[in-house]
Amino acid sequence: MIDFLKSEPVLIVLRLVIYLVAIIAFVALNAAYLVLAERKGAGWFQRRPGPVEVGPWGLLQPIADGLKLIAKQTIVPPGTDGLLFRAAPALVLAPALMCLVTVPYGDTIIARNINVGLLMVFSFGSINVFAIMLGGWASRNKFAVISAARIVSQNVAYEIPMLLVVITMMMITGTLDLQQIVGQQAGGFWQWNIFRGIWDIHAGHLGSNILMPVTFLIFFICMLAETNRAPFDMAEAESELVAGAFTEYAGFSWGLFFMGEYANIVVGCSMATVLFLGGWQSPIGVVPVAWGVLGSLVGVGLFFAKMYTLIFTVIWIRWTFPRTQFYGLLNLSWKLLIPTSLVTLLLTGALITLKAIL
Amino acid sequence: MSTKTALKDVVGGFKSLLIGLRITLDQFFRRKITVYYPRETLKMPDRFRGHIELILDPVTGKSRCTACKLCERACPSSCILVEGAKLEGAKTKSVTDYHLNFTTCSLCGSCIEACPFDAIQFSKVYNVVGTSRNDFDNMDLVKQLAEKRQSWTPPPAPAVPADLKSQISDLKSVASPTPPTPEEPKSP
Repeated sequence: MIDFLKSEPVLIVLRLVIYLVAIIAFVALNAAYLVLAERKGAGWFQRRPGPVEVGPWGLLQPIADGLKLIAKQTIVPPGTDGLLFRAAPALVLAPALMCLVTVPYGDTIIARNINVGLLMVFSFGSINVFAIMLGGWASRNKFAVISAARIVSQNVAYEIPMLLVVITMMMITGTLDLQQIVGQQAGGFWQWNIFRGIWDIHAGHLGSNILMPVTFLIFFICMLAETNRAPFDMAEAESELVAGAFTEYAGFSWGLFFMGEYANIVVGCSMATVLFLGGWQSPIGVVPVAWGVLGSLVGVGLFFAKMYTLIFTVIWIRWTFPRTQFYGLLNLSWKLLIPTSLVTLLLTGALITLKAIL
Repeated sequence: MSTKTALKDVVGGFKSLLIGLRITLDQFFRRKITVYYPRETLKMPDRFRGHIELILDPVTGKSRCTACKLCERACPSSCILVEGAKLEGAKTKSVTDYHLNFTTCSLCGSCIEACPFDAIQFSKVYNVVGTSRNDFDNMDLVKQLAEKRQSWTPPPAPAVPADLKSQISDLKSVASPTPPTPEEPKSP
């Protein structure tokens, strides 16, 4: 019996189950507390304290909100496509959970390292749009349909520069394995992809691309647009479209959309951390991984510190800028981001060729 | 548009976004200015105009109103009604009825300006909410004054005689050629 439990397939399954439970718990808690962080942030940026009434410092507010949502009925309005209407919230959340499977939180803490992890994250990330579109379409509501149409054109527009940036990164790293990408950025913040542009100190040759900070910026902007965050929140656009694609949703199916949204923000910020900010690598030359379990935990801490700094920036941006106009949004992508990301792509290609020749 | 102006647009626009971010971050770290309303309230500023009220004279504990009806006449919307009576042994009339129709009052302050005795003022009451108009179209200010009087305490023993005494002694000391002897020199 013990031998059976220790056998390789059982351990793999056990490991996957533990990671699955942990990821779902993380996503749920994270969504709940990011809502609180969002509201606290909104308050602090406007010199208010944010929620303070429920629990000390408002810390129980997300639990109260969650209970309220669970207690509410999910109403399926007559005339809607019942199946799609019910499936959409799950379709928003599930791909986000899938993306988190390959994210390397630490040197050993990763649910399943896949050698095409980067590809997997972005392919699952694209399903999100599809799900919101289905939800909007199935609810048979004009606001929801307008929102769905906006989402599709917005996401098509921003998927292009984002994937161009990812291709650039892929050319530099030469791998789609996220753990390897993080491994390449060891040795201090100057070795992170975002700063490694001009000169690679360790390798002693030309860096990847001098425009790397710009590439990071493009990635970050596209991430904001892909997750439908302000100032690109055309999908929800409370003041114009009631609640956009979520107009007809109530109770926890509505809550699932928000869990999905916040999970996507986590995925986006994780990807930015992994691709550009060195993942779990420390910013000063030390290698915490060498210290064993403690080092791994420090690595996880560093990863989350970087990720939540980016998430703070996302919140900060939301409460600073007003929503863009739809034409402004598309212009930004087609006239600025796509050409710029193409330039960085070509420059990187040229530099790589140059390195090969020299 | 030339390439140069287009580039300038992009860079300038980006810079303006950074300035915006800096401004909000600055606000983020500043002191919070929220007033936790039901638990704490702001003090109404001096110029706040609530409905008018009769002033309680802190010395006598009564109104200074003599029912001269100047306020009644000054009121442009005729929302004041004053009645007075001469009390036994009093030199002047004193107010017995002061009714304010707050539903038509425009808080212009003419009554307060007209009052020769400083007997009325704007109150600082802002929580004026009721379930029927009767709560406000016939407010009994005399009754309000009587309620306020419940918490009024007569001022401590009149300070005037003591004051006068010291003044008198001062005058004496100035007048007398010999300096006054110190009463009790303090020990160091």
